Amino acid sequence: MQGDFYIDPWKPVKLAVTTHGHADHVKWGNDAYLCHELTKPILLHRLGAELNIQTLRYKEKITINGVKLSMFPAGHVIGSAQIRLEYKGEVCVISGDYKVEYDGISTAFEPIKCHTFVSESTFGLPIYKWLPQQVIFDQIGNWVNNNQEQGKTSVLIAYSLGKAQRLINGLSKTDRQIYVHQSIANLNDAFIQAGVALPETIRISPEIRKEELQKGLVIVPPALADGRWIKTLQQAATGVCSGWMQVRAGRRWRSADAGFALSDHADWPGLLSAIKATEAEKVFVTHGFTATFSKYLNEIGIEAEEVKTQYGTEEDEIEIGAPGKPEIKEEAD
Amino acid sequence: MKRFTELIAQLETSNKTNDKIAALVRYFNEANDLDKPYVIAMFTGKRPRRPVSTALIKEWAIELSELPPWLFAESYHSVGDLSETIALILPPPARTTDLPLHQWINALGDLNGKDDESKKDFIVNAWDSLDIQERFIFNKLISGNFRIGVSNKMLVNALAKQSHTESNKIMHSIMGKWKPDEISYQELIEGAHVDTDRSWPYPFCLAYALDSRPDSLGDIKDWQAEWKWDGIRGQIVKRGGELFIWSRGEELVTDQFPELHFLADELEDGTVLDGEILSVKEGKVQSFSVLQQRLNRKTISKGQLEMAPIAFYCYDLLELQGIDQRGKALNIRRKALIEIIKSIKTQGTVVLSPTVEVGSWEELALLRADSRLNNSEGLMLKKLDSLYHSGRKRGDWWKWKINPYTVDTVMIYAQKGSGRRANFYTDYTFAVRDGEQLITIAKAYSGLTDQEIKEVDAFVKKNAIEKFGPVRTVKPELVFEIAFEGIAESKRHKAGLALRFPRIARWRKDKKATEINTLDDLRQLLNSTL
Repeated sequence: MQGDFYIDPWKPVKLAVTTHGHADHVKWGNDAYLCHELTKPILLHRLGAELNIQTLRYKEKITINGVKLSMFPAGHVIGSAQIRLEYKGEVCVISGDYKVEYDGISTAFEPIKCHTFVSESTFGLPIYKWLPQQVIFDQIGNWVNNNQEQGKTSVLIAYSLGKAQRLINGLSKTDRQIYVHQSIANLNDAFIQAGVALPETIRISPEIRKEELQKGLVIVPPALADGRWIKTLQQAATGVCSGWMQVRAGRRWRSADAGFALSDHADWPGLLSAIKATEAEKVFVTHGFTATFSKYLNEIGIEAEEVKTQYGTEEDEIEIGAPGKPEIKEEAD
Repeated sequence: MKRFTELIAQLETSNKTNDKIAALVRYFNEANDLDKPYVIAMFTGKRPRRPVSTALIKEWAIELSELPPWLFAESYHSVGDLSETIALILPPPARTTDLPLHQWINALGDLNGKDDESKKDFIVNAWDSLDIQERFIFNKLISGNFRIGVSNKMLVNALAKQSHTESNKIMHSIMGKWKPDEISYQELIEGAHVDTDRSWPYPFCLAYALDSRPDSLGDIKDWQAEWKWDGIRGQIVKRGGELFIWSRGEELVTDQFPELHFLADELEDGTVLDGEILSVKEGKVQSFSVLQQRLNRKTISKGQLEMAPIAFYCYDLLELQGIDQRGKALNIRRKALIEIIKSIKTQGTVVLSPTVEVGSWEELALLRADSRLNNSEGLMLKKLDSLYHSGRKRGDWWKWKINPYTVDTVMIYAQKGSGRRANFYTDYTFAVRDGEQLITIAKAYSGLTDQEIKEVDAFVKKNAIEKFGPVRTVKPELVFEIAFEGIAESKRHKAGLALRFPRIARWRKDKKATEINTLDDLRQLLNSTL
């Protein structure tokens, strides 16, 4: 406890070092927050303007009670960071959530050499291997075209933070007008103010005619997936964008019309390559398939141990359609 | 193969019958003509011989993926389907191919009799040229086991729509004997291998449930009362020397009931009978659960023939000497029916469903109370001058069923509903007591008012113990009375028995979870109905 700070704490503490802005990693009530400069607008938006927030740029170093701390891009969502800690020559890196594929909008993941690496394992099974994101965007594009022909309105279900911006960026080339729910629009505004370049979208409002929405592409957060609003659209076809859509059971779990395996977490090969690149002597495996993944790491000669965390156990910020975690309430808006 | 893969994906992503039919119609409009008979064969359960064992397929997949077997097992556990697990864990394909579906199926068929090394070569090569979805389909082709929620009836409706042909003709055609490599799609639709002009059935005349006192129907002398048998409503058609048995769902089930095949010789051409397919032993009608062992089987063993012998109880005569009888009054049709039954030489298998002769409604009510003694569900009341209507029409025919069985249970799981009820926990699983344990006995989702649903929903949200999948385990506290129509032994259910048509009768707010029924209570009921 040399540093006297906590990373993504789930109980209020004096200083919360925050890897990224998803609700299962940020709790209200800490005395102070330390995060990447692009996570700050998210915290302000989500937790209120009265926060004591200190920010870092990637690779900028500070020292807290003798512990050197710096942040490196995690590639998970805009502003997401791995936390590098160094104390008396020992280096430990806490990955937070990460993915290794560059998504075009979050700063690309960078592996950091360390003695100890704490890795997530959300998709730590060999059945999870993502296709390149362009392939998925093309699939979505075809799906939207088919919907259009059949007079259906295309509604993509995606998290307000991360997945939504990734889709907006990836699908802006399809020349369809993208309409976003206000929770997404609010975050987009916050990002744009902070200097992030985002393609233009239209905030959904009651004045927009349903015929226009039918011709375009609608993105809403998971909380609206089963709501009444979607039923008011012209023949809504819903498409869930989540890593869990890789498996048929995951697709069936959600009563969506289509599932696209697009995730902001590393897939199986991604986890393995990231861990190997750290050259860590010891790996701690957190949220996800912790037991399975750490057992496998030990078998291939990487010393690993599982850590039990509370991330993702709550019903408010987990990937859509996760078997065993079907409740999706992203935020209270 | 790509087009078929797309079809499967579309069938899997919708629960709506209309969407599925639309997807099938599009497929049969667009697909390779040579593929179509294979798809029809597959969906109707005509399975080719399995060319490679599951064990070998699994072994090769593990080898190629370079994973430890325990990790393969973990993955399988998470996916829940072997074909899909293999499709997902294999390394990405090196090539792409788009061979038509029928060529894949024939190539798999050609593997029969080859040595394991050649089989492995073929399978591994195939895996390396198919994407994940296609691999999944390919693995399913090997097992021949497609369970994708397409019933014969749904397929037939789609084919009928696509080809503008009458659905009964298509049902007859595809239920006939044919091989996908010997018949064209066009021939199959036209029924070139069978004579579809003979088989067509009449729409069944159906009855509404009686919702008032029977004496409100007037003089009992104007009515015919019969037992309402608890079997499969069926129509027997004999034309042009051929016999056809249709079920109420308009599926052709002739092959399932060899006991009735003698009618091909003993019924006159141009005869159509309406009646109930039942299991009858030593003159006694058996419960539905006995009959159930005989339903939807591709082959019937000698043991099954002995355990559940079939008989046909005739209700009505729809065609006589090729002439439609439905416009005649019931009492006239009945007289002719009696003559036909008399003319059948083989005794005891095809019989007249007896009428219940009484002088007053009160007397009839007394007899009805004992319906379960002869394994019937109550009585049918038919007006003596009624015509044989197409479908359901109020007034002439009534079902007067006995009250269902009931059991008091406690709710242990809840799941969200769909459609209008998507935001509420509306699908519940109920348990009875077995010693110290609670054991699941039924799932039901109807029978509560919107207000009650809201109350239960609030309870579930507050009292969820464990969150497993979309299902919430809740504190066993709420007691519900479940009504059901019958009870049968079941190896598939933990309780060892299954309830037929379970539904919520009422929420017993007056009862505590300690007061519910026990598994023994239900076992006793089971023993008394067998």
